[in-house]
Formats: sequence, structure tokens, C-alpha cells
Amino acid sequence: METAPKTALEGKAPSPQQPETILQDYPDRRDTLLSALHEIQRCGARKSWITDQEISLVAQHYHIPLAELDGVVSFYKMFAREKRGSHIIRLCDSLSCRVRGSLDLYHHVRNKLGISTGMTTQDGIFTLEIVNCLGACDKSPNLMVDNTLISGLTIDAVDALLDGILEAEQ
Amino acid sequence: MNERSRISHFANSEAPLDIARYIESGGYVGLMAALGKTSAEVIGVVKNSGLRGRGGAGFPTGLKWESVAAGEQPYLVCNADEGEPGTFKDRFILERAPYLVLEGMTIAALAIGAREGYIYVRGEYPEIAKMLALATEKAKARGYLGNDILSSGFSFDVAVRVGGGSYVVGDETALLNSLMGNRGYPMLKPPFPTEKGLWGKPTVVNNVETLAYVPIILGLGAQAFASIGSVNCPGYKLFSLSGHVANPGVYEFPMGTRLRDVLEKAGGVTGTLKAIQIGGTAGPIFGPAALDYNLDFPSMQKAGGALGSGAIVAMNTSVNMAHVLEVTMRFFAQESCGQCFPCRYGTRQLDYMAHRIALGLGKVEYLDLMRETATVMVGASFCPFGQSVALPLKSLLDEFGDEIVSFMTEQQYLKEVSE
Repeated sequence: METAPKTALEGKAPSPQQPETILQDYPDRRDTLLSALHEIQRCGARKSWITDQEISLVAQHYHIPLAELDGVVSFYKMFAREKRGSHIIRLCDSLSCRVRGSLDLYHHVRNKLGISTGMTTQDGIFTLEIVNCLGACDKSPNLMVDNTLISGLTIDAVDALLDGILEAEQ
Repeated sequence: MNERSRISHFANSEAPLDIARYIESGGYVGLMAALGKTSAEVIGVVKNSGLRGRGGAGFPTGLKWESVAAGEQPYLVCNADEGEPGTFKDRFILERAPYLVLEGMTIAALAIGAREGYIYVRGEYPEIAKMLALATEKAKARGYLGNDILSSGFSFDVAVRVGGGSYVVGDETALLNSLMGNRGYPMLKPPFPTEKGLWGKPTVVNNVETLAYVPIILGLGAQAFASIGSVNCPGYKLFSLSGHVANPGVYEFPMGTRLRDVLEKAGGVTGTLKAIQIGGTAGPIFGPAALDYNLDFPSMQKAGGALGSGAIVAMNTSVNMAHVLEVTMRFFAQESCGQCFPCRYGTRQLDYMAHRIALGLGKVEYLDLMRETATVMVGASFCPFGQSVALPLKSLLDEFGDEIVSFMTEQQYLKEVSE
């Protein structure tokens, strides 16, 4: 494992800013929309989705009808409109990762956390997602926890990562 | 052969943002050569070099630049939405040689007359997006980007934008939709982006690797590049080697190098080679006969495949091909944008059947149904994504169909015995 769990948590550092303040940095040009959505999705403590209030603010800021903006957000896999865990585990199951053990890792994580892909643990800490490629196939198997890529995974490394996060959250 | 004709020469993993070191290694020689030429001359050099797009389609880069419609201010977009499974060569370039890409963009902008450019980085590469923003600032501070570049009177600025997690956005028209803050749907061509692209203006979209070879070509001259590799497909190419390979990684070889030689450089296959996928998920899955294929666009097309992004995934005899079928079909179902019915519904049907097969619940009839579904998708899908499912599916069933059938029969038998 290349990165210690602590770094993974730091990568997630939620922005303490209010969505209104965040939007002030984004000009009303739609090429900045996805970048703004990424930042807003992570503003406030332990949050990883875009709330109704935030979506209205973004729609006003960019002068986009609410329904159209909802359509944009729902297209992209990294955005969520419903509550997710404070940490998103994106486990790669590309062919390169699959032939190097990603299915075993998936079963292990599923059994350890008691959730399958797309679900959130009851304590609201983890959301598990299967993704199709993280572009680090030379170091497979891989996962991303929030914004941090972790490569060369073993079952022990995954255990250490998840336990580290749990400990930090308690 | 000149070491400077390779991207790897410029790769600096310790201090990729150190612009002085980039210049020492021969950086910005290409831009300086380009600044002494007219736009038409720069396009001429790239045309004569024979450079073809490294994103997957292999379209001649010089022709693309030349086709930019006159009259309106064009845009330049660098496609860094590397989502093709098994591909990590753009990550390699961006993490180690960001200035090479910025220099390539500046030369391309000079050639087409663009004043503004974008780098669209996939959402899964947040660290790279941050690094590119820093590199842009540093290049500007040194006068290699921004207003009046190197006192030439030419100005060009680059902004970094981040995606939201979507495979189809790698298609240039879908990428432009996403860059305009829309759903990332592919658009009907024509009009091609070079006529009507970003905000309705003529736009050139080039892959990271394509742009990274541009400074090399301008620095060394068209002939130096054209003399490397295959006649109809010259230059070097980055290959992403993964799977059951002793030393997985990015390897740079002249176009047309035999797959066998590329694998050998990576330490060979671990175990006994059973199957190999070339070009990404939309590429066929070959048996060991592929070892003798020459890796360039025309040769791979002749072999019934595609060079695509240059992804090479090796599989040894420990791999169950029913699992390969499942992973591949799930990819298509998850990444279909849903815009057209044949792809949206077809990929879900294929995923359902492949998933059941992998779980041991498959039926032999599924295999014919899957072929039929893929054939309909080839004819009826809106964009190349839905049409491309047939290639990996048919190659899997042709080459490994017997194995998949015997896996199903065995699973059926085990179930009956246990009942």
C-alpha cells in the first residue's frame, strides 16, 4: 500500500466554507460548473452529496433551470443528490484489477462493512462503489478513498485502511 | 535514434514541476521553432510528420488542424479524460511531463489561431488537475504561456477543468458538451468540432499524448519523426501494460513494434498466456496468436482489432473467461450514456446475461442472444460506444465460447448434484 490511511483522510478535508462563499469564486460560465459542483458537494462537515438547498443556489448562480441542473448532476457518477457516507470507497473492477484480485477485495469489503456496491453503512461512514477504471492499472488492484488513490492493494491493506478511518471517525 | 524523439526523455518523476529542468532537457525548443514559422508552416510540419491522434481513433493530427473553419476564433481543448480501462499513459505523461503537454498545446494553438485553451481532466484524477493548474502558473511566470509568449506577440491561455465521472465523455463531442456544463452526451457528426465545437465555435480536441509529441516534432523536424516506426503510422507510441505481466507499466516503442517484443521488455507474461486485450475495453480479446501482431493503427485494423489507446491487458491461464465477459459487459452497461435506446437497453440485457453466466446461472441460449443483441446495437446505436460492444463480445465468444459453455454446463451439473 502506497499511502497511509491518514493521508486518505486529509485528502477528504471538507471545506468549512458556505456554498454561497464557494460560488463567489466561480464566474457565471458553465465550463466552471462541474468544478463548482465538486467543491460544493464536499462543503460542510462530513458531507459528500449535493443538497436541495445547494442545488437551488447553483441553479441561481449559473442561471440554469433547476430541472436542467438536476439532469446534469445525475449524469455524472461522482455526484450524488442523496445522502452518502462521509467517505466514498471507489473500488476498481476493471479487467486489469479483476485479473489481479479485485473480486476477492470486493467480497472482503462487502462482508466487512455489510454493504454491497452503491450502499452506505448504517453509521453513515462509508459508501461503497464499484468503478470501471482508475487509470493506475500497472499497480492494480486499486481503490480511491475520497480523493486519494491507493494502489497495490491486499486484503490486509484494505483492512488497515478501513480500520484507520473508523478509528479516526470515533 | 535520437533520444529526444521520445516522451520518456522528458519524463521527470522527481520534480515534474521544475520548469528549469524541463528546459534543460530540451523543453520549449519545439515552441521556439514554431514561433519562427507561420501557422500554415507549423501545420505543414505536423502533416509531414505523419502524426496520428493517440487517443484511439488515429486521425491525422495535421489534417484536423487544417480543417478548422476560418472566420471565427477557434478553441483548443486537450482531452485528458483518460477513462479507457487498462489505459494509464496520459496519467504517466501528465504526472511526469506536464510542460510537454502545455508546450504542445501552445504550438497547436499557434497553428490554428486559438487564444484560449482548456485541459479537461477526468474527475478521478484530482491531483493531476491541481498539478496542471500549478504548471500553467509557472509556465506563465516564465513567459511560455499567457500574454505575448516569449515576446512573439502571440498570446494563449490555458484553463484546467475537471470532469464528473463518465466514460463516454472521452468522446470529443461528449467532452465538449461536458465542458459546457451539460450532460455528457455525444453529438451527431457532422458538423465536426472543427466547424462547430465549444460554444458553437470551431474547436480542435487533441489527446494528451498527441499533444505531447507535437513539441518533439517541431523540435526535431517532420522527417525525424516520420522516419521512426511504420510507414503509414510513424513515431513512437506509449503502451500501457497491465494484467499478468512481470513488470506492468508504461512503455514507449516505435509504432509497428511486435506485441511479443513489447511484452518481453515488460519482463514477459507471468504464467502461461491465455488471452490478451488490446486497445481498451472496446478492443477484441485475442488468443496467444496476437503475439505476432504489429502494434500500429493500420496493422491492428487488418488483424480485426484496433490499436485504440495502446492498452494491453495480458491474462494467464488462471483467468475464467466467463468473468472477463462479465467485467466487459458490466462496463458497457454502466457507462452507456442512455441517450439512445439500442445502447441503453442492449447493454443492460448483455450485462444481465453475462452476470448470470458468471454466477453459474447462465443458459447456453444466452450466447446466441448476446451476439444478436450486439448485431442490432452495431446497426442502431447513435454513437461509436454502442457500436463497439460487438468487437470484444464476438471475439470472446469466437475464441473462448467453448470454455464459457463448459463453465455453464459444469455449474449446472454442480447445482443438480447438490439439489
